[in-house]
Amino acid sequence: MPTFVKRLLFAVLVIVVLLGLNAMLSTQGLFGFGLDDYYARLLTFIGINIILAVSLNLINGFTGQFSIGHAGFMAIGAYVSAYLTVYHAPNWEPALAGVVGADAAHVLIFVVAILAGGLATALAGLVVGIPSLRLRGDYLAIVTLGFAEIIRIVILNIDKVGGATGLTVPGYTNFVWVGIFAVITIVVVHNIVRSDTGRALVSIREDELAAEAMGINTTRYKVLSFVISSAFAGIAGVLFAHYNKFLSTADFTFLRSFEIIIMIVLGGMGSITGAILGAAVITILPEALRQLPTIALFGQEFNFADLRLVIYAALLIVIMLTRPQGVLGTREFGMSWLRRAQKRPAGDEAVGASPGVPIAERDATKNDPVKEVENK
Amino acid sequence: MSGAPEHDAVEATKEDSILTEAARTTRSSSGSDATEGDDARANGDANLNTNKCTIRFGGLIAVNELNMNVREGEIYGLIGPNGAGKTTIFNLLTGVYKPTSGAIYFQGKRIDGLRPYEIASRGISRTFQNIRLFPSMSVLENVMTACHIHAKQSLFDAVVRTPRFGRDEAEHRDYCLELLGIFDLARYKDEGGTSLPYGNQRRLEIVRALATRPKLLLLDEPAAGMNPSEAMDLMALIRKIRDRFGLTILLVEHNMKVVMGVCERIQVVDYGKSIALGLPEQIKNDPKVIEAYLGD
Repeated sequence: MPTFVKRLLFAVLVIVVLLGLNAMLSTQGLFGFGLDDYYARLLTFIGINIILAVSLNLINGFTGQFSIGHAGFMAIGAYVSAYLTVYHAPNWEPALAGVVGADAAHVLIFVVAILAGGLATALAGLVVGIPSLRLRGDYLAIVTLGFAEIIRIVILNIDKVGGATGLTVPGYTNFVWVGIFAVITIVVVHNIVRSDTGRALVSIREDELAAEAMGINTTRYKVLSFVISSAFAGIAGVLFAHYNKFLSTADFTFLRSFEIIIMIVLGGMGSITGAILGAAVITILPEALRQLPTIALFGQEFNFADLRLVIYAALLIVIMLTRPQGVLGTREFGMSWLRRAQKRPAGDEAVGASPGVPIAERDATKNDPVKEVENK
Repeated sequence: MSGAPEHDAVEATKEDSILTEAARTTRSSSGSDATEGDDARANGDANLNTNKCTIRFGGLIAVNELNMNVREGEIYGLIGPNGAGKTTIFNLLTGVYKPTSGAIYFQGKRIDGLRPYEIASRGISRTFQNIRLFPSMSVLENVMTACHIHAKQSLFDAVVRTPRFGRDEAEHRDYCLELLGIFDLARYKDEGGTSLPYGNQRRLEIVRALATRPKLLLLDEPAAGMNPSEAMDLMALIRKIRDRFGLTILLVEHNMKVVMGVCERIQVVDYGKSIALGLPEQIKNDPKVIEAYLGD
C-alpha cells in the first residue's frame, strides 16, 4: 500500500527530526552541535503556541466564529491533567511499571493525562458552544471571554489544585512531546479543512444563509469546529502545565487569549501556515526585544520586553492598516503555492466539456468537444 | 441548422451520464407518498403546494393565505409588483421563515417549520436574488460545498484520509466538473467564484444549487441584471436544466419576456395575496394583473 508506506515514512521522519532536535537541546548536544536550555525552552513554547494558534484558527479563521476564550480551555486541560498526574499518577506508576517497565509507564501515564485533558476540554467546549453557537453574530466572543474568566476564578478557589498559591506539577513534557502534538494538530486541522467538513466550515464563514440553503447544518458544524478547537487548546494546556512544572491561574488570563488571537491575526485568519508563522513570531518577539538596550522615558528606565503589550498593539494597528487579512491572508505557504504560480488553470478540454459559447447559441455543427469525444 | 438532430443525440447521451438516480426516481415515487395520514391533504400530482400559507411581521401581513400548487416537472412562474411578497414566499418555502399559519407540502410531506438545511436535504434547492456565492472559494469549491448532503465521508475519514475519503472526494469532484462543463464554466474551476463576470456568477449559483441534486429548483430573479441576449440564453438554459435533470422549477422574475417565454403556468401575487393563476396568455390579458402592475 503506497499511501500507507508514505504516511509511515512521514511519521518516522517527524519523530527522527524531533529526536534529533531534542538531542541538540540536551546538554551534550548532537554531533557537537548543541543549543542551551534557553533555546530549548523557546522552541518548546513555539510548539505549544503553534498548537494553540492552529487550533484557534479552525474556529476563528476557518469557521469565522470569534472565540476569545482559548486560555480558559487551556486552563481546563492543564488543571484536569495536573490533578491526575499530581494525585493519581504516583499510585498508578509503580503498578504500571511492574507490568510494562518504568519508561513505558511514564509515557502511558502522560498519554492518559493528555487524553483526559483533551476530552475534558472538548466537553467544556460542547457545553459552552451549544447555547452560544445556535445564535448568529458575536455572542460567542462575549460568552467565551466570560467563560474563560469564570474558569480561572473557579480554579483560583479550588484548594485541591493549589488555588492562589499554585500547584507543582511533574515535568513530563519535553520537546518531543510538544513537537509530536504540534504536528498532529497541523495534520488534523489541515485534513479537516481540505474535506467536505472543511468546505462546510468555510461556507459558514462566507455566507451562513447560503450554507444553510445548500444543506449544511450550520449549528452542528459550528459546534463541531469549536469542540475540536477547544480539545487542542486543552492538549496545549496539558503540555504547558507539565513543561512549566508549576501551575498558576495567572498563566491563563484573558491576556493569554489575546496573545493567541494576535498570532492568528498577524499570520492570517484562515491560513494554517499563517498561524504557525504568527505563533513563532509572537513567541520570539519578547525574547528578541529583551536583547535590545533599555531606554529612558519620562525619567524611568524601560526594557523593550516590558513594553511588549504596547508593541503588540502597535503591530496590530500597523497590520490592520496595511494588511488587514494578515501576512498570509487565507492562503497557505507551501509547494503548491509555488507550483500554482506556474500552472495555468486546466481548461474545459481537460474534463471533456464544451467551449465558452452559451448553451442557447451553441451550434452543433462546429466546435463541440462533446461530439468530438463521442466520434473518437 | 442541418446538424441539429445529431446535436440532440449527443446531448441525450450526456444527459444519461449526468442524471442521478435521485432525479430519475423523483418522477416515479412522488405520487405514492401523498396518501399518508395528515399529508393526505396534499394534492396527488403536486410537487409542491401550500395551503393557506400566511406570515405576519408584526402588523404587516407579508403573505396572506396563499395557495400554491406546483405540478411535477413544470416551470412555474411567480410574479408580482415590487414588495408583493415574492421573495418572502421563497423564504417560507426554503425554511428561512416559518409561516404564522397554514402549511407547506413537498412531495406529499409537510415541510413548514423545518430548518433550511433539512428542506435542502429533502430536495429543494434555491438561488438568491442578490448572488450569494462563497467569495473566498474557487468555482469548483463553491459547487463541491453543495455536495455536502451526498457526502459519504465522515470526519474520521477526513482526518485519517481513508480510502473512502479519496473515493468520495473524487466522485464529487467529477460530478461537479461534469455539471460545470454543462454550463460552460469548467474552465474557470480554479478561479475565484466572485471574480467571474456577473452572468457567469448567476449561472454558477444555479450550478451550485443543482449540485445538491434537487427535485425542485427555486430561482429568485435569475435574469436580474442581465442584458436581453443574456436573458434569452437564460430562458433556454432553464428549459434545458428542467429536461436534463428532471426538475420542477419555480421562478420569481421581473423580466416579463423571460417569464412569458419560459413559464408554463404563472401565478400573480400582490400585497401577499394571489390575484391570478393561469397560462402566460391568460395572465397577460387578465385585467386584475394589468391593474396591479399599472395601477388604476
